[in-house]
Amino acid sequence: MSDVLREQLALLPEYLSRHLLLTVTALAVGIGISFPLAIAVTRVRLLKGPVLALASTIQTIPSLALLALMVPLLREIGFLPAVIALTLYSMLPVIRNTVTGIEEVDPNLIEAGRGLGMTPRQLLFTVQVPLAMPVIIAGIRTATVWVVGIATLSTPVGATSLGNYIFSGLQTQNYTAVVVGCVAAAALALVLDLLIRIMEIASARRSRTMAAVAALGVLLVIGGGLAPVLISRSSIDNRPGVVIGTKTFTEQYILASLIAGRLESAGYRARILDSLGSTVVFDALIAGKVDIYIDYTGTLWANHMGRNDRATADDVLREVTEWLRIEHGIECLGRLGFENTYALAMPRADAERLGITSIDDLFRHAPTMKIGGDYEFFGRPEWESLHAAYELEFAQTASMDSSLMYTAVASDEIDIIAAFSTDGRIAASDLVVLEDPRSAFPPYDAVILLGAHAANDPAIRSALLPLIGSINDDRMRTANMRVDIEGESVNAAAHRLGLSAGGGA
Amino acid sequence: MISLRNVSKTYDNGRIDAVRDVSLDVAEGELLVLLGESGYGKTTTLKLVNRLIERSAGRIDVGGEDIDATDPIHLRRRIGYVFQGIGLFPHMTVGENIGTVPRLLGWSRDDIDKRVAELLELVGLTPSAYTPRYPRELSGGQQQRIGVARALAARPSVLLMDEPFGALDPITRVQIQDELKTLQSSLGLTIVLVTHDMTEALLLADRIAVMKEGQIVGRGSPTELMTNPGHEYVKTLMAMPKRQADRVESIAKAAL
Repeated sequence: MSDVLREQLALLPEYLSRHLLLTVTALAVGIGISFPLAIAVTRVRLLKGPVLALASTIQTIPSLALLALMVPLLREIGFLPAVIALTLYSMLPVIRNTVTGIEEVDPNLIEAGRGLGMTPRQLLFTVQVPLAMPVIIAGIRTATVWVVGIATLSTPVGATSLGNYIFSGLQTQNYTAVVVGCVAAAALALVLDLLIRIMEIASARRSRTMAAVAALGVLLVIGGGLAPVLISRSSIDNRPGVVIGTKTFTEQYILASLIAGRLESAGYRARILDSLGSTVVFDALIAGKVDIYIDYTGTLWANHMGRNDRATADDVLREVTEWLRIEHGIECLGRLGFENTYALAMPRADAERLGITSIDDLFRHAPTMKIGGDYEFFGRPEWESLHAAYELEFAQTASMDSSLMYTAVASDEIDIIAAFSTDGRIAASDLVVLEDPRSAFPPYDAVILLGAHAANDPAIRSALLPLIGSINDDRMRTANMRVDIEGESVNAAAHRLGLSAGGGA
Repeated sequence: MISLRNVSKTYDNGRIDAVRDVSLDVAEGELLVLLGESGYGKTTTLKLVNRLIERSAGRIDVGGEDIDATDPIHLRRRIGYVFQGIGLFPHMTVGENIGTVPRLLGWSRDDIDKRVAELLELVGLTPSAYTPRYPRELSGGQQQRIGVARALAARPSVLLMDEPFGALDPITRVQIQDELKTLQSSLGLTIVLVTHDMTEALLLADRIAVMKEGQIVGRGSPTELMTNPGHEYVKTLMAMPKRQADRVESIAKAAL
């Protein structure tokens, strides 16, 4: 077994069991709500239209968006918003199948029940529901498969799941991780589907033995799957816990691993909550769900402070630090020493042929060019200020996963991309970074942010202070390239970065 | 035992008359057949008696008591009902099907089991062999016997039967008709049976009430109706089995 695979499989118990916990909770709550609701619908006809319409509408909301929407709605990240979104998703098939199943019971049998003197309630529970059971279980099966799949999208809202493999794997070009995540999610869906299918058959054949076997199987899967989470909770670990958040790109994973290593050496139990959305991680820091993460002064300046004026790097840092402390009680520990700015990059050959060296030179060519950016870029203030500063009008914009962006520009599917200046793939794909003479992009110094809990802990501060000023652009880019291009693991790259930064890890 | 006084049932705010001003008495231990073609209100009349359908006007007494005095759920548990198409619950065993009403009435498990065995004996099926089976494993005749047993489970004195034998093959039908007659006299049941089958009516009925377009157009014992049909429709009906019998006889003669 390769080291990469072994490293990934070591994560499986935790990811799988957290995934299962999300799935099972959401399904249990979902069925708990949907079933009585469906019963109510069959008894009060007027409810049918609105209830089914509502459940269908929820289903049409893209799942990632629904999950992400829960975060601001609940002002919370992690398990709760993920479970609520997944619960909402599980409802339609259960409601629809329960209603249909009950409605399709032979009217002669309903009349027989009434004629024998059953109350509506007795009729429902001794005749209608048992006869509808195969259809109801089929609905539960559909819901289960959906929820297992969609639960992989819980990662960006801070709930660990098998999606952690997929999100971080795609970012770090670690396809082993992506495959492990997909295979595990598919296997979980298939196993649960099979067990419920057996229950469905058992219910259609009215075989108690088969139903018992399937129920036992479900219990074993759930029990076995949840064991790692339950054991880790009950195990005695007196070390104080620290949660490190990351956004969804390679550099963030490496730095989180580096920080975690230093904190572990200092006697802390460090947990990394990875692949959070950019605003999710910030909100989580304020809410105290995350204790430490790396952000960039320009992002804080433009996105969180809503500033679009230009200032020097030092001024931006000073104002950002002040604002964080006063507005949110967050401490900005200092600059790591590198800048990860947005930068426009294009293939060297094209740039030389067209004579483009700075963004100014794009003016003539932009109307025939296709520009690619990550999911955030075209909605960010930097995109507007790029427009404003250079009066650029591109032929087309394309949002895509940042890991795909480099492939797309290298294969000429797009002409230019909004890259990250420390990205190892810039050099590897032979791209040139265009100069920004009008400073459309604000400075993006990487800074360590500490939430209230971490800021007041001198041991944490002293463990992290050596990192300040120790990682220059070159070191960061090298570490990123090791992961993204050379396929080194995040932890190994973090370890080497720690050594080169001189702090030891 | 059962009496209907000026009973009507209208639908659609009085625009459609399903049952029009029907008055009818059924004596204790009597088997009354409601006879007529489909859509003439026989089944509706039957369902008015146990309030599966609520009447629009008139009064109905069962066992000397106004049926509105008890709530319909309890009324139905007191009156046996055999359904058109039998209506056995496919997800319940024969034993569970027969035990339905006793279970609703809260009988003890032992009493129910005993009663189920008793009833299976009564309809001529071996209890140990049939109790655990499911309806789908039974023939049509067996299913209908279970249907009758289920209706009799709580020892009702009144039994309502809606085209009970319609789906059976002729040989089984005749056999079960005979069994029903025996059962009726041994248990002293008062039965109202709906059918459109003339021969069945003549063979089973103590008295027949003929319905046409929601009204009773003739009533009397089979013999009375044969000799003195009165209404033209009754006459046509009564002539039918006779004509069939004559034809059968002539074919039989020719075969000799």
